[in-house]
Amino acid sequence: MPYRMILILLGIVALVLAPLSQGNYGIYVLCSWLIFSIAAMGLNLTLGYAGQVSLAQAAFMGIGAYTTALMTMAGVHWIFAAAASMGLCFLVGLGLGYPALRVQHHLLAFVTLAFNTLVFLVLRNEEWLTGGSFGIVGIPRPSFFGIETTKQLSFYYFTLVVFLIVAVLFYGVVRSPWGRAFKALRENPIRANSLGVDIRRMTLLAFAIGSALGGLAGALAAPLVQFIDPPAFALVHSLKLLLMVMVGGAGYFFGPMLGAALVTVLPEFLRFTEGYYLMIYATTVLVLMVVCPTGLIGLGKRMVARFRPQRVERGDLKQGAQL
Amino acid sequence: MNAATPVLSVRNICKSFGGIHAVRDVSFDVGAGEILGLIGPNGSGKSTLFNCILGQLRPDSGQVSVNGKQVAGMRACDLNKLGVGRTFQMLQVFPQMTVLDNIILAGQEHHGNMLTRLFGPPDAGLTEEAERLIEFFRLGHLRDELAGSLSYGQQKLLDAAMAFMAGPSLVLLDEPAGGVNLTMLASLKERLKAFNAERGTTFVVIEHNMEFVMSLCTRVLVLADGAIIAEGKPEEIRRNSQVIEAYLGG
Repeated sequence: MPYRMILILLGIVALVLAPLSQGNYGIYVLCSWLIFSIAAMGLNLTLGYAGQVSLAQAAFMGIGAYTTALMTMAGVHWIFAAAASMGLCFLVGLGLGYPALRVQHHLLAFVTLAFNTLVFLVLRNEEWLTGGSFGIVGIPRPSFFGIETTKQLSFYYFTLVVFLIVAVLFYGVVRSPWGRAFKALRENPIRANSLGVDIRRMTLLAFAIGSALGGLAGALAAPLVQFIDPPAFALVHSLKLLLMVMVGGAGYFFGPMLGAALVTVLPEFLRFTEGYYLMIYATTVLVLMVVCPTGLIGLGKRMVARFRPQRVERGDLKQGAQL
Repeated sequence: MNAATPVLSVRNICKSFGGIHAVRDVSFDVGAGEILGLIGPNGSGKSTLFNCILGQLRPDSGQVSVNGKQVAGMRACDLNKLGVGRTFQMLQVFPQMTVLDNIILAGQEHHGNMLTRLFGPPDAGLTEEAERLIEFFRLGHLRDELAGSLSYGQQKLLDAAMAFMAGPSLVLLDEPAGGVNLTMLASLKERLKAFNAERGTTFVVIEHNMEFVMSLCTRVLVLADGAIIAEGKPEEIRRNSQVIEAYLGG
């Protein structure tokens, strides 16, 4: 649809212009939003499209961030380090997907929650590799063909390019027959299996691809902050990512981006309320989840349906009630 | 496979749950193009037998083959790729997908491989074929509606249509008439007969609606207490005293 294309182009222009009026901290918040959007897109595939509950996305960000940090500090270029981070997270995600073949829903949530805790403990206790509680300091920012990303603004544009590439590829996946099979897995796995969808393979892929995107987000987070430590990838951040997906709208393409904006950017806008900002923020989320469990996108769709009369008559109603 | 090989061959299937013998030494063949009705009172073992054929239950003994190939223990997705379609007793459509997407999904796994399904066209090149099938099942006017917004009868038609999208040689229908109103039931029966006539698809139908079974099936097999008690043409089954006794009690 052309109007949708125009909206997307306007959105990209807004993303390009957004940091120009911001200081370093404002650009940092925008970078965080883009990075969390990538991680939330991954979780949206696992949870929103394929219906597999995961409370481990922050753990994959951690694996990606530490892999990238260790490799880039050893002199490997970011692009190879990020590829290795994604590859590693893809493989670990495949492994984490196996329990999903046996347990579902809240039991699967507990399995993934335990995995996140396990990763956190490894990052904290294996000091020889991860620096333990002290973390890793001085992670370099990459350069591409002589273009440095050391300045906050240039790092923002680098993150934006990665975000746009991921968004295009993600859109391709969810629109492809794979996307249809993921949705079928979410809606009715038994029927999907009887129609030839290999639900075992698609479950594992949903976890693996979602985890790889978590790894990529981590690979971007490490050079953004240039310092990483285990608490940045603790369970609370997995819950935050889950919140982003749910608030934005699980199973909608733009849901996680909107959710990530609400979770990362809104608290910053509410800072003027001083001590009350977290209370206002929490109340906003609470009300939204109660009023519209399908998230902001779902709320938007409901509003459109309410205020714009249906122009298309449902086909069978034209034929009368004989059906 | 030679011309005489039955599409479905069930040999000496037994299945018990604890001390209850749900299926006792059941054997039958279904030839190409046949429409076999599987009837029996509640608890006679029809669904257990169906589940043994479809690999959802592992029989205690016996064998099941489709087009000469053993299928015992085969996963449902592999069975589907072997040319076996099915419907369920309860409605099983994908409510948040459109009618068209439901039908395309039912065929996409039979086209190309994992890579072509990722990098190829979003519809796997199946839109035209899906639209033909949708028209065939007289759901054309609902093409872009969400499956969840259809009436129960329309969803039953969609459910049946999905089983046919991959061009199966054998379709097992589990109570297709359940909860469907008379108008829609006639439409469903007529479409199944047309599909059978045009494409030679073989059917096995479990159904409680005797009128539906007798007017659709070419052969009927009656189960009682897990065993076959009668087999024959619909008009023979109607007059069979054992069948009447099994249904009415004696």
